[in-house]
Amino acid sequence: MAVLTMVEAIRQALEQEMERDERVMILGEDVGRLGGVFRATDGLQARFGEDRVFDAPLAEAVIAGASVGLAMSGMVPVPEIQFLGFSHQAFHQIADQIARFRFRSQGRFPMQITIRSPFGGGVRTPEMHSDAVEAQFVQCPGLKIVMPATAHDAKGLLLEAIRDPDPVLYCEPLRGYRLVRDEVPDGDYTVPFGKARVVREGADVTLVAWSAAVQLCERVAERAAEEKISCRVLDLRTLVPLDVEALAASAEMTGRVVVVHEAPYTGGFGAEVIATIQEEAFYSLEAPVARVTAPDTPYPIAGVEEWYIPNEERVLAAVRRTVGTAA
Amino acid sequence: MTRVKAIVPLRSFEGGADPDAFRLLDAGGALVKGAVAPLSGDAALEGYRWMLLSRALDERVVSLQRQGRIGTYSAVYGQEASVVGVSLALDPARDWIFPQYREAPALLRHGMPMSTLLLYFIGNPLGARVPDGVLLAPIQISIAAQLPHAVGMALGLKMQDRDAVVVTFVGDGASSEGDFHEALNLAGLVRAPVVFVLQNNGYAISTPRSKQTAAASFACRAEGYGMPGVRVDGNDLLAVYQVTHEAVERARTGGGPTLIESQTYRLYPHNTADDQSRYVPPEELEARRLEDPLPRLRNYLSSIGAINEASEEQLRAAVAEEITAAVSAAEASARSTPDQIFDYVYASPTPRVIRQRAEITGNAKIGVV
Repeated sequence: MAVLTMVEAIRQALEQEMERDERVMILGEDVGRLGGVFRATDGLQARFGEDRVFDAPLAEAVIAGASVGLAMSGMVPVPEIQFLGFSHQAFHQIADQIARFRFRSQGRFPMQITIRSPFGGGVRTPEMHSDAVEAQFVQCPGLKIVMPATAHDAKGLLLEAIRDPDPVLYCEPLRGYRLVRDEVPDGDYTVPFGKARVVREGADVTLVAWSAAVQLCERVAERAAEEKISCRVLDLRTLVPLDVEALAASAEMTGRVVVVHEAPYTGGFGAEVIATIQEEAFYSLEAPVARVTAPDTPYPIAGVEEWYIPNEERVLAAVRRTVGTAA
Repeated sequence: MTRVKAIVPLRSFEGGADPDAFRLLDAGGALVKGAVAPLSGDAALEGYRWMLLSRALDERVVSLQRQGRIGTYSAVYGQEASVVGVSLALDPARDWIFPQYREAPALLRHGMPMSTLLLYFIGNPLGARVPDGVLLAPIQISIAAQLPHAVGMALGLKMQDRDAVVVTFVGDGASSEGDFHEALNLAGLVRAPVVFVLQNNGYAISTPRSKQTAAASFACRAEGYGMPGVRVDGNDLLAVYQVTHEAVERARTGGGPTLIESQTYRLYPHNTADDQSRYVPPEELEARRLEDPLPRLRNYLSSIGAINEASEEQLRAAVAEEITAAVSAAEASARSTPDQIFDYVYASPTPRVIRQRAEITGNAKIGVV
């Protein structure tokens, strides 16, 4: 057991899995010689060679699309899309090809592919680099969507993803790469999909989040506690599959829920969370379920991003409103 | 002042094969001066049989579609030499094909059962299942999306030191897609053992080749990707075979990819839902009918004594019988079930999908995986 940053945990998972399974390979922009723009693949090319840690040309569609053929040939590709905001340049390959290839081939060609991609704001990267477009991939049946919030989960969920015969979009929070540090087992372990994590127990309101928004909710829960508001914090870990039972149970326990995400408001995954809660736990609700999100505007240039991303004040205000203590 | 010279000459395109495209048979089916046939009489006759089969299948499927017994279908009609010529240069035991959707005879020769292919066009998901051991990717619907897949497969085969070549079919319209550029660029870069067969059939649905690109040819784009490009008369089976054979051997021996522009013509509408009279001038269609690849090869076979009226009649009858049997088999196995919208989506379906399956089918079991 060692305390690692999230990016160190991801790198460790990749290294251990490449060591364990020689079919596993990485391809992407700057993943080899540089070791990734965030160093998530640091040193792996030197260890495993230029074929298995492949520096691809700057072309997202063929990084995703070649992964289809590589998987068909018997490899287990782990492509990296350098920033999720640029995944649109591969969206047709991810949504229409990778996600449904197993279905389209009637099981002949499973797509054991894990697409890694950093996303989200807060580190002053230019515009599209910071986009949180995870909800756009939820409408791609066949694909699983994984959003770790801790270094421990980052490793365990990544190992689970690479071994899953279904394709996975694995999103890594830019802001959490070095900010998030926690204890990570040295050896092999997996974290199952579809099992949310109770980050903090609480009685008055549940804060539902994933990825970097989880730490934000933890900070808000600390501040709310000073106001005698007891917050339960639920980390979804994976959006597909969704832990419906955990959502329902939390809503039943606290009767009040606030969902927090970095993506824009309308059609964000928060809407899915709320729809699920009203289906599963409507009669337990004591207040409308609130959403704290980015506005329905494009991710802005870095100098104004602090107003764009949900912050502690906005989440805390929603908590107060939801529990009925707002001034 | 020194003037900068343009490097790409522009020219208009009249349709049909360029006069200087590689060809071995003239329009009448005679070997051009100095040409040596790359296929034996028997092998060329085998090619002719696939071409006859392809055309008869097109005619039967279009007729079935008009009767409401089959869904949308894209006929090969007019492109038989182009598709079959490529197919003959491949070894189905080790080489892969990544098709678009207008290459039926190549799929059949590679091992796809005709009844399964028909099942796909009937609209049963099981028709999409390529049997184990048959080295074929699924028919591709999104234009050019198969090209990155083909390059990935070629890269994977190369990494595993497998003695195999990947051939992928694509159209003239597809060359305008981003996937075309990204795939060819990567293939050239890693010298992937892949052959890109661009069938220039004159039209992308209604859009003529002249509105697709200002480039002098499609083949000339190969230079920008660091690979050889070649133009071939796509209605000349022998020429298409030879060009493909050379490209496959180059790929197999580490020489990297090739872009083949097979210049042919789509004599039928884009598909059974299309009306080509809205965009193809009748005189153009009539002129192109004179370049039909079937009579051209038949004349050649006749001239070398590989076929006569009686043996051709036998071939046609055998092909018709094969198609009839396949149609019967496909229609007999075509029963669809609601479970098929869930089968094979996930290896491990999500709880939601399992619940939706139970709601729609009354069957909560997980599909056979």
